Amino acid sequence: MLKTFPKGGIHPPENKLTADKPIEVLPLPAQVTVPVAQHIGAPATPVVEKGASVKTGQLIAQAKGFVSANIHSPVSGKVNKIEPVIDTTGYKQMACVIDVEGDEWVETVDRSTGLVKEITMTREQIIERCQQCGLVGLGGATFPTHIKLTVPAGKKCDLLIINGVECEPFLTSDHRLMLEKGAEVLTGASIIMKALGVDRAVVGIEANKPDAIAHLTELAKDFKAITIQPLKVKYPQGGEKQLIKSCTGREVPSGGLPLDVGVVVQNVGTAFAVYEAVQKNKPLIERVVTVTGRSVSKPGNFLVRIGTPVTRLIEATGGMPDDTGKVVNGGPMMGKALSMTDVPVTKGTSGIILFPEEGSRRAEVLPCIRCGKCSTACAMGLEPWLISALSEKGMFEKAEQEKITDCMECGACAYTCPAKRPLLDYIRLGKTTVIRMARERITK
Amino acid sequence: MSSTILLTIIMLSALGLLASVILYFVAQKFKITEDPRIDIVTEALPGVNCGGCGFSGCRALAEALVKSTSMEGLNCPVGGAETMNSVAVILERQAVAVEPKVAVVRCNGTPENCTRTSFYDGAVSCRVAHALYGGTTGCQYGCLSCGDCVAACKFDAMYMDPVTQLPVIIDEKCVSCGACVKACPRNIIELRKRNKKDRKIYVSCVNKDKGGPARRACQVACIGCGKCVKVCPYDAITMVDNLAFIDSFKCKLCRKCAPECPTGSILEINFPVKEQKPAEPAAAETN
Repeated sequence: MLKTFPKGGIHPPENKLTADKPIEVLPLPAQVTVPVAQHIGAPATPVVEKGASVKTGQLIAQAKGFVSANIHSPVSGKVNKIEPVIDTTGYKQMACVIDVEGDEWVETVDRSTGLVKEITMTREQIIERCQQCGLVGLGGATFPTHIKLTVPAGKKCDLLIINGVECEPFLTSDHRLMLEKGAEVLTGASIIMKALGVDRAVVGIEANKPDAIAHLTELAKDFKAITIQPLKVKYPQGGEKQLIKSCTGREVPSGGLPLDVGVVVQNVGTAFAVYEAVQKNKPLIERVVTVTGRSVSKPGNFLVRIGTPVTRLIEATGGMPDDTGKVVNGGPMMGKALSMTDVPVTKGTSGIILFPEEGSRRAEVLPCIRCGKCSTACAMGLEPWLISALSEKGMFEKAEQEKITDCMECGACAYTCPAKRPLLDYIRLGKTTVIRMARERITK
Repeated sequence: MSSTILLTIIMLSALGLLASVILYFVAQKFKITEDPRIDIVTEALPGVNCGGCGFSGCRALAEALVKSTSMEGLNCPVGGAETMNSVAVILERQAVAVEPKVAVVRCNGTPENCTRTSFYDGAVSCRVAHALYGGTTGCQYGCLSCGDCVAACKFDAMYMDPVTQLPVIIDEKCVSCGACVKACPRNIIELRKRNKKDRKIYVSCVNKDKGGPARRACQVACIGCGKCVKVCPYDAITMVDNLAFIDSFKCKLCRKCAPECPTGSILEINFPVKEQKPAEPAAAETN
C-alpha cells in the first residue's frame, strides 16, 4: 500500500501527453521581456539603463528588501526599453525588454555539462550563492529560495523533502527533469541538505511516474542520505503540507510553516536550479515548460529562457490549434487563463496548456445543494461552500475565523462541485482580502 | 382541595411580588438615560440605512448629531438640505450647507471604443475579476462590466446598459450615498457636484498610462496631453499620472475644455446641443 495524505483529495484525468517527450532547447527569440517581479515579495529594482549592452547571466535587476530576488538577463543583447508591460496576470508591471544579439554569456558561468558532485562550499556560501543567482521556488509559488534555506534561530529542521509529485494533470516538466537530469537533481538535494544542516532527504514521486522512480532509485544508491518515496496518485499531493503528511505523517499546524514540524520542501526544479547555481555559478535564467493540449499537434517539454513570449512556445508546438478556446498558464487545476498570449514566460511558468473551445467555458452556475462534496474533497479540511459564501457576502472576519487563509487554492472543491459554483473564485478574493486586513491590523 | 388552590395563589403572588421588587432594583441599577432627541432625529431622517453619511445607519447618525455641538461634517446625502434643516430645527442649531452631489461613471469603454481582447468566464463579480486579472480589454483601469455597483445601489438608480456594457446612473434617483463608489474595485465612480439641470463636464476615463498605450487600449482614453489644463480659466483641471481630473467644485461649466480634448474623453452631459455659450455661464451655485 503506497503512502498518501488521508484528508480529501481528488483524481482528475492525468492527461500526461508529454511524459515521453524529451526536453527540447527552444531557440532564442528575437526579443525577451523580463518582468522585475517574478517572485513573491518586493519587485527588484532595475540596475541597467535603456540602450545598455547586457550579457547572458548579467544582473539586470537587484533584489529590494529581504523577501525579493535578483533578476538576470536571460539573453545577450541591448536593452530596448524599461517600461510597464502586460504580464501573465493581465496587469502591467515594470519589465526590461531586451533585443537579442547572439548569445554571449558572462565569463563567471561554468557552461560545461559535466556533473560536479563534490560540494566545496560552506552553508553560508551556498545560501549567499542562491541569493545572488536569484533562485526562487520553481514549483509555482516562486518564494525566494535563500529565505527558505535559512533556518531561523529557535527552529529545528531534520528533514528535506524534494517535491517530485507533479500532481497537476498535463504537466510533465518535473517528470522529464528527473529523468534527464536525475543526478543533478540529487546533487542539488545534497547541496540543500548541507545548507539546512540536515542529514536526511526524501524525494516524493507519485506512482504514475514509474520510470522516474526507477531511475532515481538507481541513482540514489550513490547518495546514501536520500531515499526515494513512491506515493499513491492523488491531487493535490504536490501541496507542501499534503506532501509532508504523505511522506512523514507529520501535520503542519494551521497557519504554520513546514519548519514548524522540522521539514523543508523544495521542488525538483528548484533542486536542479540550486545545483546549477552552486556548482556552475549559473543564475536562474531558464526553466523547463510543458506546452501541451489535446489538439496541439506537437506537444512537448521545452527548456526556455525567461522572458520568451508565450506565443513563441505555442509556435514551437506547431502553432495554436484553430479550435483553441482557452490558454492556461500553469496547470489546469491551479493555473490561470491568459487574456493574451503575447506575455513572457516567468520563473513561475510551469506549463502552457491549450484547451479546445468545446468544454473550455464554465457551465451554468446553479444554487448550492449542500451536498458537501467540496468539504470531502478539501485536503485542508476546510468547508469551501461556507468560506466561499462568506467571501461572496463580504463577511471577511467570519471567513478568517473559518481559516480561509489555510486554503492553498488547489481547486479540488470547484472541480467536484455538481452545481458548478465558482467556489475558488470567491475564496481567492476572500483570501487576498483577509491577508490584507491582517496586514493592516499589524501596521496599525 | 380548596386549600391547595388557595396555597397556589398565595405562593404565586408572593413569587411575583418578590420578582417585581428584584426587577425594580435591577432596573434602577442599570438605568440608561437616553436623550429623547435621538428618537426624534431618527424619525426625521429618511430611514433607509444606506450608510451614505459614513455611519452604520440612520440611528447612528442621529446619535452623532445629538452628541456633537455643531453639524459640521454630519450630513445625510439622501435627505439633503431639507432633512438637515428639519434636524437643525429639532436640535436648535445652525444647518451647514452641503453641496448636493451625484455619482458619475468615469469610463467610456464601450465595445466600440475599447476592443474586447478576451472573454471573462469566472464568477460574475467585479471584485473577483479585478483580483484575478486585468480585464476583458487592453485597459487595466476600465469598467469590468460585472455590475457590482448596480447590485450595491439601494435606490434603483443604476442599471447596466447591455449595449455599452457600462453602468448608467439615473440622475433623478441618485442620492449620492456612495455605495457604488465603495463597490467599484477600480475607483471609476466618483461623487461630483450636482449642477443645475444635472449638467456635467467630466473626464470619462481613469487610465493612468502614457498616451500611446492608453490610446491603443481605448479610443476615448485620456492621453494626458494637458490641453484641457491649459485652456481652463478656473484652474479646475489637474493632471496627475497622465490623467486629467476636473474638480467639480471649481468647474464653472464654461465648456472650454471639451472641444480641446483630442480623444473626446471629456464629456458634456445635459447641455444644449448647439455649440454656444450656455445661457447661464456661472451655473455653479445651485442650492
